[in-house]
Amino acid sequence: MRKNLNVIAAYGIMMGLIILVGIFQSWNIALSIFNLCLISAVMTMGANIQWGYAGLINFGIMGFTALGGLAAVLISVDPVQEAWSAGGFNILFSLFLIIAMVLTVRYILKNYKKSKNRTYIVAAIIILGIVIIRFISEPGIEAIEGVNPAKTGFLGGLGLPIIFSWVVGAFFAGGLAFVIGKVALGLRADYLAIATLLISEIVIAIIKHEDWLTRGVKNVIGLKRPAPYEVNLQQTDWFISLVEKFNLSKLNLITDLTERQATLNQLVIEGSSVFVKLCYSGLFLVVVIILLILTQKALYSPWGRMMRAIRDNEEAANAMGKNVVKQHLLIFVLGSAIVGIAGAMLVTQDGLFTPGSYRPLRYTFLIWVMVIIGGSGNNFGAILGGFVVWFLWIEAAPIGLYLVNLTTAGLDDTHFLKVHLIESVPYFRFLMMGVGLLVIMRYRPKGILPEKIEIK
Amino acid sequence: MDFVNAIILLLNYIFVPALAYGSQLALGAIFVTLIYGILRFANFATGDMMSFGTMFVILFTFYFQSVGISFGVLPTALLAIPFGIIFMVGYMLIIDKLVFKYYRINKSPPVQLAMVSIGVMFVTQAVVRIIIGPSDRRFFDGEKFLIKAGEFKEMTGLNEGLAIKSTQVITIIVTLILVSTLFWFLNKTKTGKSMRAYSDNEDLALLSGIDPKKIVMITWVIAGILATIGGALYGLDKSFKPFTYFNNMLPIFAAAIVGGIGNPFGAFLGGYVIAFSEILLTYAYRKFFMYVLPESMEPDGLIQLLSTDYKFAVSFSILVIVLLYRPSGIFKGKVL
Repeated sequence: MRKNLNVIAAYGIMMGLIILVGIFQSWNIALSIFNLCLISAVMTMGANIQWGYAGLINFGIMGFTALGGLAAVLISVDPVQEAWSAGGFNILFSLFLIIAMVLTVRYILKNYKKSKNRTYIVAAIIILGIVIIRFISEPGIEAIEGVNPAKTGFLGGLGLPIIFSWVVGAFFAGGLAFVIGKVALGLRADYLAIATLLISEIVIAIIKHEDWLTRGVKNVIGLKRPAPYEVNLQQTDWFISLVEKFNLSKLNLITDLTERQATLNQLVIEGSSVFVKLCYSGLFLVVVIILLILTQKALYSPWGRMMRAIRDNEEAANAMGKNVVKQHLLIFVLGSAIVGIAGAMLVTQDGLFTPGSYRPLRYTFLIWVMVIIGGSGNNFGAILGGFVVWFLWIEAAPIGLYLVNLTTAGLDDTHFLKVHLIESVPYFRFLMMGVGLLVIMRYRPKGILPEKIEIK
Repeated sequence: MDFVNAIILLLNYIFVPALAYGSQLALGAIFVTLIYGILRFANFATGDMMSFGTMFVILFTFYFQSVGISFGVLPTALLAIPFGIIFMVGYMLIIDKLVFKYYRINKSPPVQLAMVSIGVMFVTQAVVRIIIGPSDRRFFDGEKFLIKAGEFKEMTGLNEGLAIKSTQVITIIVTLILVSTLFWFLNKTKTGKSMRAYSDNEDLALLSGIDPKKIVMITWVIAGILATIGGALYGLDKSFKPFTYFNNMLPIFAAAIVGGIGNPFGAFLGGYVIAFSEILLTYAYRKFFMYVLPESMEPDGLIQLLSTDYKFAVSFSILVIVLLYRPSGIFKGKVL
């Protein structure tokens, strides 16, 4: 108990802050911060098992998040029959060709010795394959994008409940991580960082511009929800009576019957959105707790010990007979899969998929700031980092505004400096993140909750 | 005649723009490569440092314009660049003293320095946005075109016009002057040679009496000059927007690695490799083939290898291929 005092204290303070937001701003804001904190926590757990456990730098978090989001679309949206009949065959045939091409290349690489001729043949197969695939897929893509472009213009998904996409998102992200890992894991740390950063940009470019699959920048809106809709809730009897019960003392003060009804309606509308957010919080909390248990178990297992050994001294671990390459690939895939889950959760919560919103600053670097500030190698630290940084990211603007008002109190309201500073309040969050990261890295390089390994 | 038209077409839409864009990338790539070679870390704040320098160039340009100083047909920004450089170098030296020095002295692993540079990136981004705001800014003045498409058509009687913007010419000339001075400095002067020695083998360089503090300082000064000029040229040619500058970091990294990181000459050529392949692969060749091929064989489609949306993706794919087959880059940089 005493040993964990700092963990409990840190989480207690964090919860207290969120509750303060609930009391002073509104419960709606507090809960939306809390939900995004939970999603960030899942992302940081993914980044943490790559960086904290194994020392791999993955700057491609944005790409895996986006793939998770794509999974949410492909699972939950109803299939567009017209589009399938218009161009489905071409797309399926192209997919078949791609698989055939990959298998042929693999076969050649496996069964023939390395030589110049082999390289040329492989290159020829790839170029020829791409040309043929383009010729076959082009009419299909055009046909699909021509189907009612204002509303659909894409193939749609499977029409399953969106919750399934959390698993599928993990598989999508894990699959991409497998390919990237095969290609790039041999590189030295900072090259790996650059390579993953650039590959994630390629992923985003594809998601943005392949309209037949994702609708691209036209966005997919109105995804199904795992939680009830506010509009439906507002008409359900048990919910109205629940809200009434909660606010009985407040309502009893109002004597006028029509006024009382109006207040109740207002409360029901507010309550419904809080209730929906609470449903999401519950779902997310389940995911976070399951992942936390699994990652904690892994950390203290022989496997976790081996990963730390590899992280701290690759050559020695290799000499002890540990397969470093294989373990690196494994942990890269696992971590990325967790990030994929978070991506699907994010889209589920928003109810919309906007490829244009994926930017490296928000989805890659901010997550890294969370991991470093929270404490890499320590799951509780990483989650705390997710909470702290997201909280500051959202609350930076009000805090910045307060500070600006405080420092420029002596100036006139129309003074150009004051106006300018108030306009640039949103950017104080960057400043806060940067300074926070620099200070933590300098004075507490292991993060708020440092890694602690106890031998049991 | 058709053949000449085809050549002019390619010159106008591929060669000239790619040369200008490549020069801008090359300056950034040399900046990355110098930091990597001498200070030994991948600087993720590259794009934002460039926008920081450019911001001061813009502020001085606006100031000069307001007091009525101009540079004739040339853009006023050229006059403002030296002042921008002063501020930029000052900023970089302060950042180095406050942030990077500590890790350098402690001999932290390069990864940690790269992480720290992310912190610097956030701070720089905030400073730029707070001072000048996130919106698009144009600060070009003076004569816009050196050769206008219409005039060129009249002059030569061809169907295709060749338009050369003055910013493109300025970019190329300034880059050539700057880069050749830099290579002269690195290869011929004593300080330059000691910088190369330090980059090559730190311990040996220290043994032979090279002062590391001086080397680091000069590196930041050169980096500041390169970043400011590169950023200002890009801003003159296109426009200044902090977010675009942040994104430009990616092709710049690609150029530096493709050319062989740590090798300035490689970075210089890498910039052009990236620029040309981006534009060559995403250009629609339909018109070109219409000129070259006989009428019966005229193509129906656009004959575009990749849609322009994938411009960035091209450079990153090249990078991935280079990393796979020749991780030290085309011109042999540091071995990974």
